[in-house]
Amino acid sequence: MMKLQVLGMGCPKCNKLYAAVEAAAKELGIAYEMEKIDDIGRIAEMGVLMTPALAIDGKVRFSARIPASEELKKIIAEAK
Amino acid sequence: MFKPVQFFADWLVYGVLGLGRATLAGSSVNFFVFDTIKIFLLLAGIIFAVSIIRTFLPPAKIREIILRKSRFSGHLWAAGLGIITPFCTCSAIPLFLGFIQTGIPLGVTFSFLVASPMINEVALVMLFGMFGLKIALLYAFSGFVIAVVSGLIIGRLKLESLLEGFDLSKRIQNVSFGAEMPWPERFSYAREYTLDILKTVWPYVLIGIGIGAWIHGYVPENFLARWAGADKWYAVPLATLVGIPLYSNAAGVIPLVSALTEKGVALGTTLAFMMAVTGLSLPEFLILRRMMKLKLLFIFFGIVGAGIMFTGFLFNFLMR
Repeated sequence: MMKLQVLGMGCPKCNKLYAAVEAAAKELGIAYEMEKIDDIGRIAEMGVLMTPALAIDGKVRFSARIPASEELKKIIAEAK
Repeated sequence: MFKPVQFFADWLVYGVLGLGRATLAGSSVNFFVFDTIKIFLLLAGIIFAVSIIRTFLPPAKIREIILRKSRFSGHLWAAGLGIITPFCTCSAIPLFLGFIQTGIPLGVTFSFLVASPMINEVALVMLFGMFGLKIALLYAFSGFVIAVVSGLIIGRLKLESLLEGFDLSKRIQNVSFGAEMPWPERFSYAREYTLDILKTVWPYVLIGIGIGAWIHGYVPENFLARWAGADKWYAVPLATLVGIPLYSNAAGVIPLVSALTEKGVALGTTLAFMMAVTGLSLPEFLILRRMMKLKLLFIFFGIVGAGIMFTGFLFNFLMR
């Protein structure tokens, strides 16, 4: 089970990324679990300076942007 | 550089629409068409270029650069790098926290926090497009000085005790992640970012230029000098206060202000107003409130506000 963690404190862009990640995971047809990380202490500990960001199984993949769906799928697929 | 645009605007307004060259309607509509096209071309070009540069300087890298500098040059670097960093109030907290917790001094962090929203590429493009290069550079330079000086003052005051809402004693490592971005990704990032910004600002730009064009054509010259000329002491503080709630509309405010300047508002007053629009904002206030006591927030706003007003008075005095 892959854990897809969207980091952000509830700004519109974070919600947009959350939806985009979930859609990409569904399209890939993998087993996944979504998690929203909105605690600032945890976000800082993970080293993210600009939200929204995506971490997969605890490892941060990108921050401060919302990649296009193709790129997002690639990132998730590569993390497997 | 924009001759073809002027040519097109003349053709469209005087040729296709058949408006007279000497008429008010003709010159206003021409002004609107020319400015709109010019601003959008500039916005697209500059935002794209800045986004490309930005892919080389992600926040973690910026933090690393600032962290390695000595205290004074740290302020200069923080203010300088703040210029190319996009500032959105929702990313302010992690950035602020991430700076403090890796050991960047509070004052240096504030230099960054002031420069980041105040000197940004959208405001600079609008200023360049509506006022010319000299004013855009004056604005950038004053903003830079305000950011450095406010940060230096806040650093001197030793206000760390006024932070709250997170564990200050906790030190974190400076981690950066993600391999070098390949060029196609840099381009796709820049393209997405540029489109994103254009999509957000276009209505404000159109409305701003529209009202600006109307003022340009229909409001008599020096109409506003009586109330907002350089000799009116209250104009600068008033402009600063009015500017604070207008944050998100910086793109629309600048064309408006350019038209007002033409009608007699003093330049210093104009600069103060635009700095207040970009540099101080209520959403920013609310977000920062989650990390600092009200007292620190008032000190911060007070110092930056004073710096903005000082700049306003200075230019009004110099340009008199």
